[in-house]
Amino acid sequence: MNYILLFFILLPVLGFLISLLVPKEKESLLSGIAFSTAGLQFNGFVIFFLYWMYHQHPALNLNSITLFESREYVFYLDFYFDKISAVYLFVGAFLTFLVTIYSRYYLHRESGYKRFFNTVLFFYSGYNIAVLSGNFETLFIGWEVLGISSFLLIAFYRDRYLPVKNAIKVFSVYRIGDVGMILAMWASHHLWHENITFMKLNNFELVHEHLASHSLTGVFISVMILITAATKSAQLPFSSWLPRAMEGPTPSSAIFYGSLSVHLGVFLMMRTFPFWNHQLSVRILIALMGLSTSLIASVIGRVQSSVKSKIAYASIAQIGLIFIEIAMGFENLALLHFAGNAFLRTYQLLVSPSVVSYLIREQFYHYVPRQHTIEDSFPKKIEYTIYLLSIKEWNLDSVMNYLIWKPLKNIGRKLNFLTISRLVSIFIPAYLLGLFILFKSDTIRPEIAEYLPYPFSLIGLVMVLKSFSERKRPRLSWLLIIMNHLWVVLAISFNEHFQPEEAAFYLSGVLVSGVIGYVCITKLKSKEKEYSLNQFYGHSYEHPGLALVFLMACLGLMAFPITPTFIGEDLIFSHIHENQLVLAFFTALSFVVDGISVIRIYARLFLGPHVKTYHEIPYKSA
Amino acid sequence: MKSSNLVFHEQDVLHNLKHYLPAQAPLKDFIHHNTLHAFQDMKFDKAIHTASEIFGYKVCLSLFEYRDLFRKGQIREDVLENVLKHKKPGKQLAVWRENLLYKEYNIEKSARIGQLRSIWKKDYYIDLDLIVHPLLYRIICSYLDQGISIWKFPVLNQGFLSSIREMERNTFASFFKTQRARGLLFNGQCELKELLHILVGDEKLYSQYLFDQQFTHPGWSGMVSFLEDSPDSLIDKKSISLKELITFELLLEIDAMDSKFGQTWAPLCTRVGKITGLFEKVMETEHTEVLSLWQEAYEWSYYDQVLAGVKKSQSLKKENGNAEVPSFQALLCIDDRECSLRRYLEKNDPKCQTFGTPGFFGVEFYYKPEHGNSVTKQCPAPVTPGYLIKEVGTKKKNEKEVHFSKHPDTLFRGLLISQTLGFWSALKLAISIFRPSISPATSSSFRHMDEFSRLTIENESPEDIENGLQVGFTIEEMTLRVEGLLRSIGLIHHFAPVIYVVAHGSTSVNNTHYAGYDCGACSGRPGSVNARVISYMANHPKVRENLRHKGIIIPEETQFAGCLHDTTRDDITFYDEKNLSPQNSAMHREHKMTFQKALDFNARERSRRFEAIDTSLPPEEIHEKVRRRSVSLFEPRPELNHATNALCFVGRRNLTNNLFLDRRSFLNSYDYQIDPEGKYLTNILNAVAPVCGGINLEYYFSRVDNHKLGAGTKLAHNVMGLFGVANGIDGDLRPGLPSQMVEVHDPIRLMVIVEHYPEVVLETIQRNPATFQWFMNDWIHLTVVHPETTGFHVFRNGIFHIYEPLLSQVNVISDISDLLVTNQENFPVYLIQ
Repeated sequence: MNYILLFFILLPVLGFLISLLVPKEKESLLSGIAFSTAGLQFNGFVIFFLYWMYHQHPALNLNSITLFESREYVFYLDFYFDKISAVYLFVGAFLTFLVTIYSRYYLHRESGYKRFFNTVLFFYSGYNIAVLSGNFETLFIGWEVLGISSFLLIAFYRDRYLPVKNAIKVFSVYRIGDVGMILAMWASHHLWHENITFMKLNNFELVHEHLASHSLTGVFISVMILITAATKSAQLPFSSWLPRAMEGPTPSSAIFYGSLSVHLGVFLMMRTFPFWNHQLSVRILIALMGLSTSLIASVIGRVQSSVKSKIAYASIAQIGLIFIEIAMGFENLALLHFAGNAFLRTYQLLVSPSVVSYLIREQFYHYVPRQHTIEDSFPKKIEYTIYLLSIKEWNLDSVMNYLIWKPLKNIGRKLNFLTISRLVSIFIPAYLLGLFILFKSDTIRPEIAEYLPYPFSLIGLVMVLKSFSERKRPRLSWLLIIMNHLWVVLAISFNEHFQPEEAAFYLSGVLVSGVIGYVCITKLKSKEKEYSLNQFYGHSYEHPGLALVFLMACLGLMAFPITPTFIGEDLIFSHIHENQLVLAFFTALSFVVDGISVIRIYARLFLGPHVKTYHEIPYKSA
Repeated sequence: MKSSNLVFHEQDVLHNLKHYLPAQAPLKDFIHHNTLHAFQDMKFDKAIHTASEIFGYKVCLSLFEYRDLFRKGQIREDVLENVLKHKKPGKQLAVWRENLLYKEYNIEKSARIGQLRSIWKKDYYIDLDLIVHPLLYRIICSYLDQGISIWKFPVLNQGFLSSIREMERNTFASFFKTQRARGLLFNGQCELKELLHILVGDEKLYSQYLFDQQFTHPGWSGMVSFLEDSPDSLIDKKSISLKELITFELLLEIDAMDSKFGQTWAPLCTRVGKITGLFEKVMETEHTEVLSLWQEAYEWSYYDQVLAGVKKSQSLKKENGNAEVPSFQALLCIDDRECSLRRYLEKNDPKCQTFGTPGFFGVEFYYKPEHGNSVTKQCPAPVTPGYLIKEVGTKKKNEKEVHFSKHPDTLFRGLLISQTLGFWSALKLAISIFRPSISPATSSSFRHMDEFSRLTIENESPEDIENGLQVGFTIEEMTLRVEGLLRSIGLIHHFAPVIYVVAHGSTSVNNTHYAGYDCGACSGRPGSVNARVISYMANHPKVRENLRHKGIIIPEETQFAGCLHDTTRDDITFYDEKNLSPQNSAMHREHKMTFQKALDFNARERSRRFEAIDTSLPPEEIHEKVRRRSVSLFEPRPELNHATNALCFVGRRNLTNNLFLDRRSFLNSYDYQIDPEGKYLTNILNAVAPVCGGINLEYYFSRVDNHKLGAGTKLAHNVMGLFGVANGIDGDLRPGLPSQMVEVHDPIRLMVIVEHYPEVVLETIQRNPATFQWFMNDWIHLTVVHPETTGFHVFRNGIFHIYEPLLSQVNVISDISDLLVTNQENFPVYLIQ
């Protein structure tokens, strides 16, 4: 029975791959592939479900593929199926099936018809990998796929400014979640000394035994998981991304940001429930976060005057409640709540354009000038204050800006003295020096060697921060990211066990995609006068092929699961010691900013309003 | 207009701004109008290129597109030659031909708008719009909101700014980040001059700065400007003015600057180099001239074949005025969507007669449905009626839909609802995808008025007045209207036993622009009430008596009957059938079949443009699919509305009844013989110019620049406050038409073809300066068909010129059925024989 799980993983992936091959004029074939994939998945699931129930619904675990193995490190994919996966699989297949049929007609003649269905299937593949994952590594693959496909769906109207800007914003928030995930994985490696499966987490004695001696590590892992879940499920303080994700065609907003994507944080919490179940402080923290989110999101929702943002905040508020339910251990209730909320919001978003004719007619007959709301009974000053705060979304958006992005950018700006020539003249010798030290490391006193990873990883972080804040030279920005990877490897190499083969494994993806990307940018530069990182240039209008190749290179460079670098990243972390929290943090931060910086280069060069004005160009405010 | 170099006069600048901003009403009152109405005092060619230079709009197809059309034969070579021969005679011709066909131009567009404010980003490294806009939009939207938010804007004082002030005074939070802007809000009058002095510094630049600023979000500014002038178009009335919006925006800008630079920054004028004034004279370039020539060739490639068709059709049939009594007569709306239905009615019952006239049928009033809280206007937008028609004795009830209520979006009820109703939603979603059917979410034309209700049409006493409106019409007022209608369409004898007055409306779901699908002559409402009202009037014995004195003798057995044609579903409802006499009733049953069949075929003809429907199926089956389409949530094109419109005929039916015009023509019946002085023609053209011309130009501009002048794709639209749509949650409002409505439209101007003597028409159009401007400045083309010589006279620069169609042959076809399945593109004109 275990192997049937592979069907649910491979079918969407297969659908996605086939859809890539279909020429873009074949509208009905494209959408046909999409809805048959989801339909087959749905029917397959129903049959499987009955069969599974008939066999006393055991939890299934499939340790399928080992992707990398070295002396003390194994990277394997693992799949797991239980009640939670069942509900998520069901809701996902049901909604994707209906929404793909819906979109088949809805998107007719839209210029990105193929792009849309490709991305939807890609997303759906990631979703299924995530909800069927049996360990953190597998979950992380799904997670990364969701992140990038969300970016592509939000930026679906890539010739306009706001979708692209918001897509980057959402992607950045997701990346913050990724830090949590990476650090949680790192800490759990050290806790379990293996890639723990979710199956094993259900073993109370095992978990209890490990946590008893490492209670702080336990709390750390739980908090990291919570941060990851909070970003995905738009809980405080990350909530403001969700309404901003509503930039794509309505059905994609409905299914992904109304239902599936936004409930994955909930999934993560339920999946790891056995782990933090006995950490009271964590449970209280989860409940508090859920409570504050549901309160604040619901008042923000009450003042929203656009239909999609209203639904988004209403949904966030309900997810806050679901977090409370999970914290209290009401798993079944939470699952029920998830499914209901997902269906409700999808439907609400899909019919949202009808709200005009419906409410206007309703008002025509039943208009009451002013309805009394609960807020009217507050003292005036309190009422106005809360209203005003809610209109400003409790400054959630600007707080994120001020706390996270501004400081990162400011550090980067301080590095403006770095030009290509200075980079070459300072950091290449420095790197060579580093390598030299590495080869002579046995001659260095161990107490010094112990601290060497820190300066190197800090230099790596500096590289990527500079890359992130670079405003003019795309190639410089790109090179800095590659260099960051090199510095990271150098830094980790001082941790004794790291083998050269492992480094090569890690760097292979980086270098290949780095070179491809560099060539793409150079090619673009030779063709276009207008080119920098200071604004969006929208060059995909004239160079869609180049844009696609460059996107692939970007994915490779940000350690997306299409190159060995993805596994290498995990590998690197396995070599960061338990007591090197700072090193882990630097490295994680590097990865995160890497991803954002790479996506930013892609977006600035290829997305947004086209810089050439010989055709219709949208307003920036559109 | 040339205020850029003068001192700043606030009133003038505001007035000027309002003139150029989009003038689109809230969604529920959506009415088509010329998008570039502000430039209508100039000749079309000059106007559009001026607008393009100033505001950066794309105003016609691109050189590439024209050349492509030429290659495909859609711009005809002989027409192009003819255009060049007239415009560039002699030696120039060869040069210009070369220019049009091969010369490369720099086609990058630069706009004057936005130059001044771009200095913020260039020299101050600050993106003011990015900081100010999201909050500004959200506050304006919340203030104007008509019912989306649960918690409404808490203060509604004497206006927007004083509400803001009141709120700012009583809060622990603030709209602002710094103190100076806050102080400016409270102190002083917040004169624009004072605020602009801080930001811009040089009075000469104020006007240009405000234009730059407001045109970064023309949607919101346009809406505010519109609501300032017509506050009644909101049900939940809000008082706001453009000046208040600007003041608040300036304050937010000062706040953003202060928060970044402290209070010490130098105003914008210190960094201004040489800058072109917004309204300085725009020079014609060779490129724009080339575009204008192409556009003319493009338009005439179509007009020429139409005129050739008319010529052919007229030569075929000389005898008209058949003495026989028609089986029935039908008065339909002038609307281009009724063009094919009339053809099918006449085909299925060759003895019937059809007429076209603006769909309010000459009766102007406000309509108040039973239990309604307010009234809706049932006549063309510029008319202000003095009458009220009330609906009484309804039976139907409004259905409710919980998904639109506020309950799912509140915290605790949301909890209950998402766990219960959530699963109901899943079921509804599945049903609505596999079995779409009419639901409370649907906007249906048949809901406008209860079929079995009564209407208060006859005025009981002069004192019967509600809110300044007289309830119903007096006999004299009725007579006047019936006579006007009948004479204007030339129906004063040969009355059939049953005369149907067919109004139209539409049914759609998930369609924010639903009002644009209904009858334009009824201010974007279904015309059902008008059809019943005029029928009642024309059936009234006393009205008949009065008409007899005026020489219109309607036989006693003749009865008028109102009906409503749903243009999306191709369904028809007949009203007051029980009032028909037994003989008429019997005939009516047959006519009903004629209508039914015609509608099936009409649906079939429309279906050729719908990808999802196979046009070769039997008409009844297609019709069922077309009906289903109208209630499908996932169908962004329930119908194609006025897309492809290009013509307007004003004349007798025999000008057009042999022609297959592919639903591209407005048809207004008119008989020059009974209107020698053009009295009724004046009225017709006064309506045709703004209504049909407005529709045509809105389609034109939304098509050529769907980003700046249209609403973009509707798939991403988000409803703002129930009055507009935007992309995402932080976007500007999007006036104009969505791409799904205009994508099949060919951007050509309207050609009005009038049957009368040229000298009478010339005199007629000059009677109303507003109407004359449309023709004189080439926003609409005008051709007159001489009733005696049947020659064509084209109106150019105030004079009629004789025109002989270049095309000598017109395609002839006996049955269009086979043609329909061939392709989805526009068809050429065919002669049906």
